[in-house]
Amino acid sequence: MNLAVREAFRAFNRAPMLSALSVTTIAFSLFAFGLFGLVAVNMRAALDQVEERVEVRGFVAEGTAPEATSAAVGDVAAFPEVASVRLVTEVQALERARRELPEFQDVIEAGILPASIEVRLKEGHRDPETVRAIARRLSAYDFIDDIRYGEEWVEKLHRLRNIATGVGITLGLIFAGVAVIIIGSTIRMAVLARSREIHIMRLVGATDGFIRAPFLIEGFLKGLLGGVLALVLTFLTYAFVGQYQVQAMYFGAPLAALGVLGGALIGLLGSAVSVGRHLRRV
Amino acid sequence: MIRFTHVSKQYPRGGPALDDVSFHLSRGEFAFLTGPSGAGKSTILKLIYVGERPTHGEVRVAGQSSAVMTRKDIPELRRRIGVVFQEFRLLEDRTAEQNVAFALEVIGTPRAQIGPKVARVLTQVGLAAKATSLPHELSGGEQQRVAIARALVNDPLMLLADEPTGNLDDRATRGIFQLLREINALGTAVLMASHDLNLVRSTPYRTLEMNHGRLVFDSGASEPPPAAPVSPAASTRAVS
Repeated sequence: MNLAVREAFRAFNRAPMLSALSVTTIAFSLFAFGLFGLVAVNMRAALDQVEERVEVRGFVAEGTAPEATSAAVGDVAAFPEVASVRLVTEVQALERARRELPEFQDVIEAGILPASIEVRLKEGHRDPETVRAIARRLSAYDFIDDIRYGEEWVEKLHRLRNIATGVGITLGLIFAGVAVIIIGSTIRMAVLARSREIHIMRLVGATDGFIRAPFLIEGFLKGLLGGVLALVLTFLTYAFVGQYQVQAMYFGAPLAALGVLGGALIGLLGSAVSVGRHLRRV
Repeated sequence: MIRFTHVSKQYPRGGPALDDVSFHLSRGEFAFLTGPSGAGKSTILKLIYVGERPTHGEVRVAGQSSAVMTRKDIPELRRRIGVVFQEFRLLEDRTAEQNVAFALEVIGTPRAQIGPKVARVLTQVGLAAKATSLPHELSGGEQQRVAIARALVNDPLMLLADEPTGNLDDRATRGIFQLLREINALGTAVLMASHDLNLVRSTPYRTLEMNHGRLVFDSGASEPPPAAPVSPAASTRAVS
């Protein structure tokens, strides 16, 4: 293994330009993929934020006994898809309206806003069907006068999310595919540049595994370096964009680490495929 | 040690490279493989070091048969065979001693053994003084000596030389030939492909002459040819 590591580093030393070119090519392929990922992550976060506001609100009829509403709150809170239930009394509704709409403070009077039960749903349960089902169950209580949940809005949001996911996966796969092809050809070039060495190794009786090892290490290192470089580039782009668009978010540490590791793995696999093909031919 | 039994070789693109070739080379023997370009000399050498597989027939080398050999068996066999080529095939960015050491490193020889072995074999080929020279700093003859040292360093049973003097002037040619004789005198079998008829005729060694993929002359077949093949067409071909 010692020799394999030495040979891998020797390849970097001996052809620094080719190695730098490989790493840069890998970095830029992953950078393009990373930028796309950044857009996807931000879009998802934005959609999540909007979706968090999905809420089913049941208005309680005037004169309903507090015990009845409390019991209903307890029941609804036990539904598995429900994240939280809140009972907003008439007084709380009035306070909130005055706080949120200060310009109408004088118009809003006590008694015109009914009490309500506000239901928020857990992540993954904010689709139109679940929302409708919860609304139906809530309206089953006698004392619920009216139900509001922005049906159209929930459906539009859901469609948007589906489209975003579909486009995201398709484009992501295309970007990843392009990155793999580019990285594969780059590594193939490196393998071809060392075909004489491979030939001699085979001639003197080196095993295929032994011949492969330095190339795998080299590919892994190039992928790793390319991944780190791509991460730096995406961060710089993010920071640059951040000057104008403050709301953007960056990859979390696990996702960033996964990206770099992904680069290294593509480098490793690209090398394995290229060397494997070369070994079968010679 | 090397036995060809009715060996034919057909390349996927191109005519027959070898046609029903049978011969036997004993341990420690020295033999020339002669014939014009394209006669099949290199193909015979490739079949011996398993750079190619026969289309028909059997090649046995150091007890291993081409009929049953798998890809995994090849490295082990190649460690017992040294090969040198007309164009040296050295790694240009490594010194003479690094080129030779490379052959030991890649088969996992312990590092402590590599230095002494390399020094011994470079002395044997007369290049101890140029151990730290890069290939481009050496003459053609010296580069071929490095290639021979690399082929020898693993103490092979046999040395295959494919036109080793093809790129060399007369003086260097004589030097390389003398070196091969010395190597043979120490017990290593040598099979040398050459179309240099002057060189071949000036020596007493066994000569296998190829033409159009067939063995047309064997000056010293030391034992009767193997049993006749099943094909009646093939049985009429006599190997002299």
